[in-house]
Amino acid sequence: MDFLIFQAPMLMVQASMDGILLGILFALIAYGMALQWGVMNIINIAQGELVIMGGYIAYFMYLSGIHPAFGIIVSPIIMYCVGWGMYKLVINKVVDKDLFTSILATFGISILAQQLMNFAFGADVVVAQSNFGTTMLFDNMVTIPNAKIFSGAVCVISAIILVVYMRKSKLGRAIRATAQNARAAKILGVDTEKVYAATFGINAALCGIAGACIAITFTLHPYTGLPYTVRSFMIVIIAGLGNLPAVAISGMGLGVFEEWADYLLGTEFRIAAVFSLLVIILVYRRFKLSRKREYLK
Amino acid sequence: MMNKNTLLYLGLLIFGLIGAFIFPAYKLQLSFLYILIVLAMTWDVQGGQMGYNTFGNILFFGIGMYVASSTQIAMFFSLAEWTDAGGEKTFVHTIPQFFQGFGVGIILSGIIPMIIAGVIGYGILGLRGHYFAICTLALGIAAGEIAGGIEIIGAGQGMTVPVWPKGFGSNESSSQFLYYLSFALVVVTFITLKWAYSTRFGLVLNAIRDNEDKAEAMGIHTMRYKIIGWMVSAFFVGIAGGLMGHINGYIEPTEIAFAGPTFGVFMVLMAILGGKGTLWGPLVGATVFHLFKEGFWTYFLGWQYVALGVLIVVIVVYFPEGIMGWLREKYPEKFGETIDEADRKAQVELK
Repeated sequence: MDFLIFQAPMLMVQASMDGILLGILFALIAYGMALQWGVMNIINIAQGELVIMGGYIAYFMYLSGIHPAFGIIVSPIIMYCVGWGMYKLVINKVVDKDLFTSILATFGISILAQQLMNFAFGADVVVAQSNFGTTMLFDNMVTIPNAKIFSGAVCVISAIILVVYMRKSKLGRAIRATAQNARAAKILGVDTEKVYAATFGINAALCGIAGACIAITFTLHPYTGLPYTVRSFMIVIIAGLGNLPAVAISGMGLGVFEEWADYLLGTEFRIAAVFSLLVIILVYRRFKLSRKREYLK
Repeated sequence: MMNKNTLLYLGLLIFGLIGAFIFPAYKLQLSFLYILIVLAMTWDVQGGQMGYNTFGNILFFGIGMYVASSTQIAMFFSLAEWTDAGGEKTFVHTIPQFFQGFGVGIILSGIIPMIIAGVIGYGILGLRGHYFAICTLALGIAAGEIAGGIEIIGAGQGMTVPVWPKGFGSNESSSQFLYYLSFALVVVTFITLKWAYSTRFGLVLNAIRDNEDKAEAMGIHTMRYKIIGWMVSAFFVGIAGGLMGHINGYIEPTEIAFAGPTFGVFMVLMAILGGKGTLWGPLVGATVFHLFKEGFWTYFLGWQYVALGVLIVVIVVYFPEGIMGWLREKYPEKFGETIDEADRKAQVELK
C-alpha cells in the first residue's frame, strides 16, 4: 500500500490519465461557477445538483432508448431553462444581498433538488451505458474508455464555443460589461436583469453538458452533487475568476490529485481528501496573506 | 418590566422541570428540542453576534458524540471489540461503570471539541465572509467522511451507544435522566451566553460583526476573541452531541454525527428563523422549527426534505430578519428602544 506508487508505476499513469480526463469536466463546471460568481457575485451551492440533474436528463434518454451521448445536446437546452427559472424564482431576490444569503438560499435549493431527483430516479447509483469501447495504451497496461475521451473532447469544444461566444456576441459583451460594473452597464442601457438570467442559464447549461458527460463516463446518484460544488469552488479560488487556462490547468490538477488519492489512500477517503484539500488550500492562503496583513474576502 | 422577566424565567424553568411528567410521551421529543435550542444558541454566537456564518459547528457536535460514547466504552472494554460486536450486547456496563463512564464521557465531549476549536481556530477564523462559510462546510463534511473510514469507531456502519443499565430505576428513568441533563444544558448555555453578551466579550463580538478592521484598529485582539467565542460554542455543542448520542442510542458518521444536511443546516435555519443576533431568537426559532418539523415529519413522511429545502429558501429570501427581528421592528418599545419621532418621519419620507 505504502509503496504502491513504485510497485505499479503503470497504475499511476492510469490514474493520471483518468484524472486529467476527469479534471476537464471539473474545469467546465468551475468555469460556470466563475462566470456567475464574477457577474452576479453569487456562490451557487446547487451547482453540483445542476450537474447531477443534467446527468439524469441523459440517463432518462438512455432509459427511453436514445443513445445517451445525445444528452450533450438536449441536456444543456433543458438545463438552460431550469437555470433561467431558478433565477426568476429565487436568485433575483438574493443578487444584491450579502453572499451568505445566496449561499444559504442555494443550499436550500440543493436540498430540494436532491430530494426531487431522489423521487424521480430513486436512490440507486446509475450509469448510462454508451458502448463506446475502450482504448488500450502501453501494451494494454493502461485502459481508457472511449467515453471518457469523448466527454473530454465535448468539454473542450464547449469551452471554446463559450469563450468565442463571450468575446464576439452582443450578449457576451453585455455579460462582460455587467461583470466589470453592473451599475455603469445599466446606465449605458444594458438590461442587467436579462444578463443575470442569461448568465445563470448559461451556467446551468454548462452544468448540463458536464452532467451528460458524467452520466456516460462515471456514475450518478442524487446525493453526490455537493462534491462537485466544492471542487468547482476550489478550482475557482485557485485559478481566479474568468481565467480559463488557469481554470483548465487547476481542474486537471485536481482531477489527478483525486485519482491519486483514490489509489493511494483508498476509495473511502476520496471525498474526504477533496474536502480536506479545500480546507488546507484556504488555510494556506490565509496564512500567506496574513503576512501582508491582508485576508481572503 | 423586571417583574415580568422574572415571571417568564420562572415559568420556563417550571415548565422544564415538570415537563417530563406532564408530557411523558413527548419526553424524548422535548430532550431533542433542548438539544436543538443549544445548537441554535451556540450557532448564534458565531453567525449572529460575531457575523461569521459557520456551517462547521456540526464538526464539534459529531466529535462530542463520538468522544462521549467512545470514552464510556473504552474505560471498561476494548473499543475495537465493542464495535466489532455491533448491536450484540455482549458487553454490559454495570450501574457504577455506566455512570462513571457517562460522567467522564460527557465532560470530555465538551473539553475535546473545545481544544480542537482552539487549535484550528487560528487557521480557520482568519478567513472571512463566504470563504469562511465554505471552508467550515468542507470541514464538517470532511470530518464525516474521515470518521466513516476509521475502523475503531465502527467506520461507515457506526457504533452503538452503551445502554441504560438494567435494574436501575424504572423503564422511564433513562429518558428522564437524559431529559433533565438536556434541560440543564439549555439552562447553563442560556445563562452563560446571557452573561457573556452583557460583558465586554459580547461587545467585542458585535464590534467584530460590525467592522472587524475598525475593531482591530481600536486595539482589540479580534483573533483572540473569535477563538474564545468558537471555543465556547464548541464546548456546548460538544456536550449537546454527547447527549444526542445517548438520546439516539446509535451513532452513524454522516447521517447522525456529522450530519451537515440535517443538524448542520437546522442550526443555521433555527437561528435565522428566530432572529440572528438576539439572545431569545434562537430559542424561539428552535421551538417553532421543531414544532413545524415534527408536524411535517409525521404527516408528510417522505416529503420532509423537500419541505426543508423550500423552508430554507423561503426563510432566507423572504424572512431574513427572523421572528425576533420582526417583533423588534414592530414593537421597538418592548425592546427598550426609543425611536425619535423626527427620525421615524425622516425614515418614512426616505421610503
